[in-house]
Amino acid sequence: MSLADRQDTMIASSNAWEGGMGSAGDYIALLKPRVMSLVIFTAFVGMMLAPGSVHPVIAAVAVLCIAVGAGASGALNMWYDADIDRIMSRTAKRPIPAGKVTPDEALAFGITLSIGSVLTLGLLVNWFAGAFLAFTIFFYAVVYTMWLKRSTPQNIVIGGAAGAFPPMIGWAAVTGDVSLESFVLFLIIFMWTPPHFWALALFKKGDYETAGVPMMPVTAGETVTRHNILAYAVLLAPIGVAPYFLGYASVVYGAMAAGLGLAFVWLSYDVWRKREGDAAHTASVRLFKFSLYYLFLLFAGLLTESLIKGFVA
Amino acid sequence: MTQNDDGIKLTDDQQKKRRSRSVAIALSLLAMVVLFYVVTIVKMGPEILNRPL
Repeated sequence: MSLADRQDTMIASSNAWEGGMGSAGDYIALLKPRVMSLVIFTAFVGMMLAPGSVHPVIAAVAVLCIAVGAGASGALNMWYDADIDRIMSRTAKRPIPAGKVTPDEALAFGITLSIGSVLTLGLLVNWFAGAFLAFTIFFYAVVYTMWLKRSTPQNIVIGGAAGAFPPMIGWAAVTGDVSLESFVLFLIIFMWTPPHFWALALFKKGDYETAGVPMMPVTAGETVTRHNILAYAVLLAPIGVAPYFLGYASVVYGAMAAGLGLAFVWLSYDVWRKREGDAAHTASVRLFKFSLYYLFLLFAGLLTESLIKGFVA
Repeated sequence: MTQNDDGIKLTDDQQKKRRSRSVAIALSLLAMVVLFYVVTIVKMGPEILNRPL
């Protein structure tokens, strides 16, 4: 083929370019808005609980940057995981497998937002929080998505740390550092993530199997997964009450966290003992749904108390 | 030169979606400008009035 022929072929194929099909809404979908809402909420709680105060505008900027950073890591995750997203029913309609956004467009979008959110947080709030956000994006996009997710059934345990950092970043946006109190907020989400995702993996096992993602029910079997869910639930319940014992939550929060923790353990026990048929499916779906309420209610409780304290003081 | 040297031809749908993306980018840039302006004022505080006339 002559050079002129090659040029003609390239021009002809570029005329049939398939990019540029994404609307603004498709790019918003790349940010995983539902995950983002949880990040915004937990980061905000971290900021509200932190000692000291920042100007409301600076607080809003910090939450915005953390949200955009989380969205950017979601876009990078979708870029890298496009091949397996295409296979799983839960993810097949995401913008890349649906053919609305090309992988290159998603990558450029993710990198741009990552750099933008980190620099804005650093410049306008503080550089410690900015560096922490950069580390979190790196942890989620590289350590979790590119490395752990496809190589170990412990992917959720270690990768879950990325989802647990936002309240610490929110705290750092106010204080410029980390502390035991903010670490406990991290620990609550960190210990909550494995039973939450393993409950999902139990009733979506087929999807992960088809996609070749080594989730625990696929690699170690459902029985081992059930043991692990119960073990994590037992460890999570006291950590949920820890803010009371550390003195930054009232006895009302402590009682609520204890009740929710017991319910979490009970539902995990239910998953552990019902191992066959519809009963097993229902139990894992129920635990998965309850786990969402559990985390929301704990953080909502902490937020409510800090708001009440703010009004009283 | 060949008949294909006009480069990429966008379909109507692609043009419509490009417009929606362009509007979103314009709004984001505008929001960034407003954000940096407001934060500058907030960070300077009352000092903004304390300047030699």
